[in-house]
Amino acid sequence: MRAYVIKRVFGMIPTLILISGLIFIVIQLPPGDIVTSTLDRMQSQGLEVSTEAVANLRAQYNLDQPLLIQYVRWIGGFLVGDMGYSYLFTRPVSELVWERLGYTLMITVSSLIFTWAIAIPAGIYSAVRQYSFGDYLITTIMLVGLATPSFLLALMAMYAGYEFFGISIGGLFSPEYRDAPWSFGRLLDFLSHLWIPMVVLGLGGTASTMRILRANLLDELSKPYVVTARAKGVKPMKLLFKYPLRIAINPFISTIGLLMPALISGEAIVSIVLGLPTIGPALIQALIAQDMYLAGSFLMLLAVLTVLGMLLSDLLLAWADPRIRYE
Amino acid sequence: MADNLLEIRDLAVEFGTDIGTTHALREVSFDVLRGKVTAIVGESGSGKSVTANCIMRLIQPPGRITGGKIHFSPNDAPAYDIAALPNKDPRLLDLRGGSVSMVFQEPMTALSPVYTVGNQVAEAILCHRNVSKEEAFEEAADMLRRVGIDNVDRRIQQYPFEFSGGMRQRVVIAMALVCHPQLLICDEPTTALDVTIQAEILTLIRDLQKDLKNSVLFITHDLGVVAQMADQVVVMYQGRVLEVGSVRQVLKTPVHPYTRGLLAAIPGLATKGARLATIASVVGDADLTTPHPLMTLADGRQVSLSSAQLADLELTDD
Amino acid sequence: MSEVANQATPAVVTDLGTETLQEISPRQLAWIRFKRHRLAMISAGFLIAMYLITVFCEFVSPYNTDTRNVKAINAPPMSIHFFDAEGNFHLRPFVYSYDMEINADSWMREYKENTEEMYPIYFFEAGESYHMWNLFEAETHLFATREGYIHVFGTDQLGRDMFTRVFYGARISMSIGVVGVMLTLFFGVLIGGIAGYMGGIVDRGIQRIIEVLLSLPTLPFWMALSAALPVEWSSLMVYFGITIILSLFGWPGLARQVRGKFLALREEDFVMAARLLGAGRLRVIFRHMMPSFTSHIITTATLAVPGMILGETALSFLGIGLRPPVVSWGVLMQQAQNYQVIVMTPWLMIPGLFVVLTVIAFNLLGDGLRDAADPYNTGGNRD
Repeated sequence: MRAYVIKRVFGMIPTLILISGLIFIVIQLPPGDIVTSTLDRMQSQGLEVSTEAVANLRAQYNLDQPLLIQYVRWIGGFLVGDMGYSYLFTRPVSELVWERLGYTLMITVSSLIFTWAIAIPAGIYSAVRQYSFGDYLITTIMLVGLATPSFLLALMAMYAGYEFFGISIGGLFSPEYRDAPWSFGRLLDFLSHLWIPMVVLGLGGTASTMRILRANLLDELSKPYVVTARAKGVKPMKLLFKYPLRIAINPFISTIGLLMPALISGEAIVSIVLGLPTIGPALIQALIAQDMYLAGSFLMLLAVLTVLGMLLSDLLLAWADPRIRYE
Repeated sequence: MADNLLEIRDLAVEFGTDIGTTHALREVSFDVLRGKVTAIVGESGSGKSVTANCIMRLIQPPGRITGGKIHFSPNDAPAYDIAALPNKDPRLLDLRGGSVSMVFQEPMTALSPVYTVGNQVAEAILCHRNVSKEEAFEEAADMLRRVGIDNVDRRIQQYPFEFSGGMRQRVVIAMALVCHPQLLICDEPTTALDVTIQAEILTLIRDLQKDLKNSVLFITHDLGVVAQMADQVVVMYQGRVLEVGSVRQVLKTPVHPYTRGLLAAIPGLATKGARLATIASVVGDADLTTPHPLMTLADGRQVSLSSAQLADLELTDD
Repeated sequence: MSEVANQATPAVVTDLGTETLQEISPRQLAWIRFKRHRLAMISAGFLIAMYLITVFCEFVSPYNTDTRNVKAINAPPMSIHFFDAEGNFHLRPFVYSYDMEINADSWMREYKENTEEMYPIYFFEAGESYHMWNLFEAETHLFATREGYIHVFGTDQLGRDMFTRVFYGARISMSIGVVGVMLTLFFGVLIGGIAGYMGGIVDRGIQRIIEVLLSLPTLPFWMALSAALPVEWSSLMVYFGITIILSLFGWPGLARQVRGKFLALREEDFVMAARLLGAGRLRVIFRHMMPSFTSHIITTATLAVPGMILGETALSFLGIGLRPPVVSWGVLMQQAQNYQVIVMTPWLMIPGLFVVLTVIAFNLLGDGLRDAADPYNTGGNRD
């Protein structure tokens, strides 16, 4: 087991290097750079900019260096927590990132839990009572959930929250708590706002997760070892939980790794619609303003999050499935 | 106590498929003798395994039992009809793994990969008897030793994928016998194994049967195995019983043309260099598709033949 | 036994083997299984109808995308009547004109049906002229009114006909799905095939890249890449740019599947048998291996279309995908940026409804295809 963990953890390193290279290429793609867009802005305001100032700016952002050096500086700074400076927010990127990352994580993790809390029982019921009325009902709801764009769901949730529950729309806090220090009241306020993004985000994931579990379970239900256990006289409920479900849950665990990118993707757009102070809305602002250091850092963090999610799911899988552990 | 542990009468099973209903079993009737080995032989699709699954009520939709009786007379309890038990009857759970247990064809997939061998063997005990976990594991260990597994103290904590095919089949046999069933059903237990391992497993089953005095229903397509293992033989073809008799009767003097065909299709030293007979070439144009009732002959064996064929038979007997 | 009887025996054996079941080819079996999947059949019908409409949307819609009706700004959908206000039946269906009032409190326009003025609907009627497929001028519409106007799905805040815009939008959004999936297929099969075929270091390198791409959260990267599309690009170039971006993260999943199938099939006995019989390499690949995974690929492709459609919708909704004057479902949804739209002008959400229906239809169709294509599947994987 230990060897597997070590192998898996160190296996992340080349992946992360590749990802960072990819992100660096992506943020280099747009024509022009911060300096040219800053210049455009200043010139449109009628300001004269000396060539010296331009050169200074370029040096400040390392733009006068070859690309490889720029990359190494960027990723090196990233490792020590220096992510550059956002001219869009006129603050160091790292400050911006940390406060938003927390909310992103909270929303993602809570919707992951929500997803499981719904998907696991629904998937089991649907597989065991295949073709029953309940099965059709669940699969229909899930299908609609899967097909509805998350921003549409977010809009509808906002509408429902306002119309039926009288909750203020959007954001993670009511106005009176927005800038207040953490307190019990603020926490309650936070939780009452958290459920909308949680449900909206979770619903899309729930559908796919449930389908996977249902399909796995149906596959396992017809396996010989289930018949053996039945022939042994194991009681039906125990049989279901101990044998097919125990195995069906394995590939299910590995989908956590795939659920993470999906959730983080969804989180970005849902946050934009709901106006949440997470990474998503800031990322799109940064992209539109071509604040590429900021955008690059956000992308890198999101990628690191998903890679960590995959690592976690692989380790969980190894813990759950002796066949992998013993390889 | 009746002589017959099981009396199967007119058992019928149907499977609904995409393109119509398949009659997997039709009017299957035979007895399983108490304390003896009964073998069912037949080619693939003849209904051998379906019959075995019926006895344990393991037929799952789209298959269902559509008629007939499986009269079961346990040593220690009143007799009942297995085919007529409701799905939730507690006797069903007692039956499965308790008084009847089964060894499957595929030892590689018959055990769950995520539990230790000990856990899965001991579970059979815990399902049927009120004993502590420790006692159950101890009994499981005894049984594993008895089926010829070395180093049981270590092996019992290992997972099935750490066992070879033959060893796994021993584990499955131990799991089946650990509750001392009155009937052990072996559904082609050696088909998936190497030839040398096959012989070991067969000897093991035969020896354990002599020791434990249980009945065995042995399902195979291999007549050599039948000769080695069985007291009584049931020949099946396309979901019907064609011939039932003692091993000597059926193998030495087969009556039904299909049984003769089966026997002629066994390669032997005498046939060296010659083309092997196919069943069809021996059966000739005999009509196997029309069902005939099982008739009991003078020597006690049963056979399903047309009246014309029966008349022929009596002539040749004379 | 005579010589003749001996020759006749094989036929008897065949009869025995297929006593009650008639023989059918795998293709027929697949079709039978697919037909049994009623929802998949309905979905296939819906999608075929939708794609036909998108091909002829100039003809199907009564107006052009940017035609404005200043008498109907943010007007609700009209209902089509056969009975007039007095209860008289009209064989020719008709709509009533709008009666607009400004609400004194909210300053919103409010529309009612004006039962005094009715506009009969004529079919195959000359209306606004349009440029069919950019090839020739035409002016026949599937339906139109001779006087007044008809807005079956209502109008937007500029008074443009939503019915027209929804189907023009379908042309863009639904074709992006298909073009994107074709690109995905091309790259997926090519790269997956290369990895599976070459093996060794090429395989490992490709595997690694696939892993990396699969572990990325797609939407932020889609966002980054589409934000990088130059503003001065023409609509057509943006369209292809977005399509390429969408398929950029689609091919790795497919490539991995193709590679896996390729490797597994290479070891199959029937491939070995074909090779031993002297079949050439290409024959083995195309005659023996391809058929056993084309069905799989078709299914995967079908199930990948919804992701593309949803991707385009999301990007355009955020304003970094397609941009007006291009009309796509995502662009149309941009009007519904906040929840007030749901309350005030819910008909602006109709494009969203079409997105949902189309995505559901693709999913059901994919499920039906998967069930039909897999001969060993007894219905276990049906969702």
